[in-house]
Amino acid sequence: MHSQAQNPFGPTPYERKKERASLIAKVVTFVMSMALVIPMLLIIGLIFVKGWSVISVDYLWENPRGGGIAGGIWGPLIGTFFLTLTCLVIVAPVGVLAGIYLNEYAPDNRATRAIMIAVTSLAGVPSIVHALFGLGAFVVAMHMGKSLLAAACTLAVMTLPVIITSTREALAAVPRNFREACWNLGASKWQTIRTIVLPNSISGILTGVILVVSRAAGETAPIMLTGAAAYLPLPENMPDKLMPYYLGDQFLALAMHLNVIARDVPNMPTEMKFGSALVLLCLILLINSLAIIIRVQLRRRKRW
Amino acid sequence: MNTPAITSSILLADGVSSASTSSHQMNSPHLEFKNLSVSYGPKVALRQISIQVPKNTVLGIVGPANSGKSTLLKTINRTIDFISTARVEGSVALAGEEVTTMKNVYALRRRIGMVFPLPVGLPLTVYENVAFAPRRIGVHGKAELDEIVERCLRDSVLWDEVKDRLDMLGTKLSGGQQQRLTLARALSLSPEILCLDEFSIAIDPVTTMKIEDVLMQLKEKMTIILVTNLTQQARRMADHVAFLNDSELVEWGENEAMFNRPKKEITGRYLNGEFG
Repeated sequence: MHSQAQNPFGPTPYERKKERASLIAKVVTFVMSMALVIPMLLIIGLIFVKGWSVISVDYLWENPRGGGIAGGIWGPLIGTFFLTLTCLVIVAPVGVLAGIYLNEYAPDNRATRAIMIAVTSLAGVPSIVHALFGLGAFVVAMHMGKSLLAAACTLAVMTLPVIITSTREALAAVPRNFREACWNLGASKWQTIRTIVLPNSISGILTGVILVVSRAAGETAPIMLTGAAAYLPLPENMPDKLMPYYLGDQFLALAMHLNVIARDVPNMPTEMKFGSALVLLCLILLINSLAIIIRVQLRRRKRW
Repeated sequence: MNTPAITSSILLADGVSSASTSSHQMNSPHLEFKNLSVSYGPKVALRQISIQVPKNTVLGIVGPANSGKSTLLKTINRTIDFISTARVEGSVALAGEEVTTMKNVYALRRRIGMVFPLPVGLPLTVYENVAFAPRRIGVHGKAELDEIVERCLRDSVLWDEVKDRLDMLGTKLSGGQQQRLTLARALSLSPEILCLDEFSIAIDPVTTMKIEDVLMQLKEKMTIILVTNLTQQARRMADHVAFLNDSELVEWGENEAMFNRPKKEITGRYLNGEFG
């Protein structure tokens, strides 16, 4: 301090104050970002350490036995796969086409704005409310019963706004003057969408779809009330083992399975709980990294 | 810019203009605006415009910014429809057909080539940029498309620069090249009317002269509407000149008369660069 005060080129008190404020801001924001990252790393680390010992090919390939206390997690794993696949088959066409309509065709009027508000509100509805809606609408009113189809429909309703919004954003990223250039050449709106808009936004749309998969795979509440079972005896013979559920059947799913063995099964070995959590976590990280890879690809292939 | 080139094109333009106007004046106009008014909400963009454009002539439209020149072009191919606040009154007739009420606007737009001042290369290869419109109407033969692409790129004086890299993205060309690509695309359906809105804005003077020469040849096949801020370009190329100011048509007439004996004083001042 003393030497600085004597140096005519040293910082003035005002400059020192400014620098100090800047440093404080930097430290505070850094600490906050670490507050975000550290718990996540701790959670992932803990689950890895505690669950790693049970992970083996047998653990993945065997069905749960004795109410989940023994065996592996093949049934829930394949159940989650079929659940998200069915959900995707329902939600992807509806969501993508709705997004195309809203961005490309819908006039800018009150009705369109009302639809967009509805979409945003739908995204804010808690998942347990979606579960109750699914129970009332699909399981009871539409006579689907507690089933894979009813659960997939419930997840579809829940994830619809995500797909609509991401599709809209991907389409809106294609500059309007490309569309106008096509219209000037006598191309119809659909020709323009098919030849110019979609090919240049497909990666963004796909990213949204994949993120929906990872969300659907991790949800518990909506499927608990609409079709996921706590425990089911599953077929062990070969072709049936690969496709153990029909659309009208109840099913096992990883998130639900984890929920059950973590709370409801007495004397459940701890490492098996963490093992299931580890598999679910890896599954979702895997799906999300696929989305990241596609997004990176998109950035590299930018065509204007 | 070298002076000999300019003078020669003026002579060429004047020569062609006097010949073609005399032979076509008798026919009914290829394009006719009658009492055309356009407003965007409360703002009036065009007021009671009436102009007749004979077939195979060049109409030069000049006027200061915001005088309604681009709006006039948008009424011809009905891209004015995309501006939700726009209201069009009066009539635009293309070869006797009313444009403002036409049902099949896609067919209409295919008859009209349109080049707007902002160059737009579509995110496709150079080849596919030009082949875009022909493909949309079902032209798929390779030989036929090759012929169209080469002809249009030659007409827009871009061929020599891109002939070895037709598979390059159109969006990666320079601004001036993209503008010529836009022109090539507009020519790809052999339109009967070619509308050019400041086509030379990003193009160097030498290339501009070459394009102007090509346009004078294309006039044999199509009617050209040329919106330009360069009054000298209108003087070189146009058979008729229309002067728009403040949403109104001040006057229009034959090139020579407009430049040398304008009826209104303001026209003479604008065309001679004394007001703008």
